[in-house]
Parts: sequence; structure tokens; C-alpha cells
Amino acid sequence: MGLYATTTRRRIAAVFVLLGLVALPWGMRLIGQEFYVSFASRVLIMALAATSLNLVIGFGGMVSFGHAAFFGAGAYCVAVLAESGVTSAWLAWPAATGVAAALAVFVGAISLRTRGVYFIMITLAFAQMVFYLVVSLKTWGGDDGLPLLQRSAFGSLNLKDDSTFYFVVLAILAFVLFMLDRIAHSRFGRVIQSIRENEVRMEALGYPVFSFKLVCFSLGGALAGLAGALMANQAGLASPNLLHWMQSGILMVMIVIGGVGSVFGGVVGAVLLLVCEEAFVEITPHWQIGLGLLLLAVVLWAPLGIAGLFGWGRNRE
Amino acid sequence: MSEKLDLLLDVRGVSKHFGGVYALNNASLSVVRGEVHALIGPNGAGKTTLIHVLSGALPCNGGRVVFDGNDLERRSMHERVTLGLARSYQITNIFTRLTVLDNVAMAVQSRVRDWGSSFSFWKPFSLDSAIIGEAHALLAQVSLSGMANRLAGQLSHGEQRSLEVALALATKPKLLLLDEPMAGMGPEESERMVGLIEHLAQQVTILLVEHDMDAVFRLADRISVLVGGTVIASGSPEAIRGDAEVRRAYLGDEVA
Repeated sequence: MGLYATTTRRRIAAVFVLLGLVALPWGMRLIGQEFYVSFASRVLIMALAATSLNLVIGFGGMVSFGHAAFFGAGAYCVAVLAESGVTSAWLAWPAATGVAAALAVFVGAISLRTRGVYFIMITLAFAQMVFYLVVSLKTWGGDDGLPLLQRSAFGSLNLKDDSTFYFVVLAILAFVLFMLDRIAHSRFGRVIQSIRENEVRMEALGYPVFSFKLVCFSLGGALAGLAGALMANQAGLASPNLLHWMQSGILMVMIVIGGVGSVFGGVVGAVLLLVCEEAFVEITPHWQIGLGLLLLAVVLWAPLGIAGLFGWGRNRE
Repeated sequence: MSEKLDLLLDVRGVSKHFGGVYALNNASLSVVRGEVHALIGPNGAGKTTLIHVLSGALPCNGGRVVFDGNDLERRSMHERVTLGLARSYQITNIFTRLTVLDNVAMAVQSRVRDWGSSFSFWKPFSLDSAIIGEAHALLAQVSLSGMANRLAGQLSHGEQRSLEVALALATKPKLLLLDEPMAGMGPEESERMVGLIEHLAQQVTILLVEHDMDAVFRLADRISVLVGGTVIASGSPEAIRGDAEVRRAYLGDEVA
């Protein structure tokens, strides 16, 4: 028993899920629904974004309501670079990650001096400032966003092919999840999870709490930037919607449903939310009422989220 | 008289006020390396405020604190711990949702000088066997070995108090600030805690805030009396017992 995320069974389950996801494009081709490969890429990218927020909220205990700023920054970075002729993924994607990380260091260095509701509000304020700044820039497309005329060039791989793009996204997500699992069990991971539990005690044990939180917050921001870079590629557009506070809210809903502080919480939440949306939006435009009820049920009866129900949460060995 | 006292902690004229209320008013106190120094005083005398000021949880409004040759002004809480100044809390402050072993391991891991920084992202902590081994040894020292895998929140009050002390001890301090370690304990638990502190006193200098006068007079090499935010007397237990001002201000009929 213990609180630090851990388990072997969960890793075995992850391998099977991964194999299923690898087979997905062929499966879709078999049933003639290739459209869904592109949709699946979008789901995995949102899963990556939600996972990055889970690092900040679930593991670090910092309830950030401005994560969309880093997500959108990554997307705009790729689109702006493409406009000026830089189309290589090897340059653009690390640049997007770096820009988002730098923004997160700046936002975090100021916001992390506050706690609780004030932290929520100040991160929201920063994100809204970024949103209005970008929307006001006509050179970046204003309200319409900045189109990405073609997907990034990724060595000999042709990302214009939806299946290839899907595999690249899947590989990145799998690596990030593996990394998050390593981090969760590392000294750093244990420190941030203990800070989440009792910040004052950690300071009184001699840990520079602020530095640990800032590194965790920035790492989350950087990964959100990477997700944003992929999202711009998937959608062919850096949209201001990616920066909007509702985007921060959606990511937050995803990790609450999926499992706050569990390695797979972001993935479970993103898949569930987007698949439900896709399935029910045809039937009724009011499907979000159902989502509301699900959220309510999770908060009341499964505070560790769906991942927690399957023993993938942070409380289980 | 012949040799100069080896001061580990020197508190000079420290004041702390909240609005117009002085919790500490020109309080001075010194702790000699190797001693158990007890700080006593009536409720509201400012004892816990002094512990907060020493540990860096509260800034003081005036005066100086010198610890082991370092002026502590502007030193953050975690820097003071690195210098060797660790504290326990009057109100138990542990990681209730972590196991007892993880609690202590987290405290052991904090010592950068022994293990390097905790900004280590890749290597699994489970391979840090030296840290885990030391955590087990500390649990044995405070008689919690059997509880290692229990959640700290499930321990009895007395066991939690022991864990509280173990957390401070795990940072390998030069000076251990114990803020009412026997708070809320029954006679048997108190007795065990006195035994533990006696044992710890052989390894580390202790500044002990405590209400239990029997424990104080058994453990302390020297005693300081804080009344109304000012230290009115400091000296050996015998001297304090005989001090007329202390008797009037505080001890009253407790020492008949």
C-alpha cells in the first residue's frame, strides 16, 4: 500500500492497449472507416495534452487553469515557423516544446508564489492574456487562426499520410507515458507527490519546494507545447480555440474523469470524453448533460477516476 | 568559566508582533552544543512563535539569530534545514497518506550532501537502497519498525508523535527543535518519548519546548523561561527551580 503511483499489472495492461492501438489503422481499413484514423490521432494528441496537465495537477498538486496557453503556444509556434519556411519537424517540434517550456517558466515563476484559488485565478489570467494577445495579432490570423499549409516534414516519413501521422503520434505518446511512469517512481516524482500531500512539511525537511514545483510545472508546459505542435499538424491550423480557457477546462475534465495522479488518467479521460462526444453528438446536441452526470458520478464515487476503478490509480500497488 | 562556551544557537533580542500584539519581545536565548535546553513558559508565552521564527516559518521583526556561525536572517526554511536546524511540530505534521517508511525515506532523501540532489528523473527510487536502509534503521530507533508499511494516518497518536520526531531526526540535524513532543500523550506514551529523547540527546543538541514539568526537569541540562514574549530566566534546573521570579510568574505550586 502506498500513495506513489506504482504497479506491474498496470504495465502489462499498457502493453496490450498499445498493441491494440498499433493495430487500429489496419482494423479501420478493414471495415472501411479510414476517417477514424485521423480522429484517433486527435484523441491521442488530446491524451498527450491531458497527460501533461496531469503531471502538474495530479502529481504536483498545482491546480493550473491556464494549461491551454502552453498547448496553444506549441501549435502557433509550429504554424509561425512553417510560414517563415521552417517545416522540419525535427526543428519545429522541439522549438514548440521549448517555447511552451519558456512560457511555463515565466508563468510558473510568478504564479507559484500563490496558493489555492489564487493560483487557479492567476494561471487563468495569464492564459487569457495570451489568448487575447494572439487573437489581436492580425499577422497570426486573428480569430481565424493561422493555417498550417502542410504537415511538418519528418525525415523520410510522410506525415501527410494519416496512418503514418497516427503512428508518429502514438510513438510520442507511448514514450511520454513511459517517461511519466519513470518520473513518478524517481526521486523527483516522489518529491513532487509528497509536496502535493504536505508542502509545509517538505519545506521543513529541507526541500526547496518552489524549485521542485517550478520544474514540474514547466515540464508539464513543455509537454503541452509538444501536444500543441502535433495538434496544429493534425488540424492543419493553429486555432485560437486551443488557447481558450475552455480548452484548459476540457483538459481538466479529462484528467478528473480519467484519474488525477495516475499515469494513464489523461489517456483514459481523453479517450472516453472524445469517443463519447463522437458517438453521441449525432444523436443529440445535448449529450454534454450526460457528460455532466458522468463527471458528477466520478467526483462522488470514484475520486481516483476511471483509471482508479481499474486499480491503475495512485492508491494501488 | 575558564573555557568559552561553544554556542550552537544564539538568539539575540528577537521580537515578533502580529499587528500590535507582541508574541516575542526582545527574547534572548543561547543553546550550547551538546545540551538539552528546555524552553518553558505559560500558554501564550510565545514558545511556538519562537520555534516558528527559528525554523524560518515566520520572519521576525527585530533581533538576530545566529546558528552555528550563520546569521539566519534571509535564510529560507529549507536552507536552515540544510544548515542543520530541524524541527518537529506541536500539531502532528506528517504525510498521512504515505506509508510510515515512505515518510521517513522522504526525510532521509532530503540530505543533498549525502545522496545528491533529488532532481533525478529517471532512476527508480527503489534502487536507492542506502536511503531505504537508513529509513528502516530510523524506524527501529523510534520503535516503529513493525509499522513500516502502514499508512501514517492509521497510526495511533503516540506513534504519530514518534514518527514526527523521526522525520526531523532523519535530516541529521545539529540542533533538533522539538515543539511539545509529548502533546496529547498518555503517561505511558510520555514515558516512552522521554526515553527516546534521552537516547537522542547523546547524538544531537536539543531545544525542547514542553509543558510536562516532570519530563523537563528530567531531561534538561539547562532551562529558559519565556513569559510574555521575553526570556525572564535561563539556567540549570536547580537554579530555575529556586528562582523567585520564575516561581511567581509561572511555576507556582507545580514545584512544591
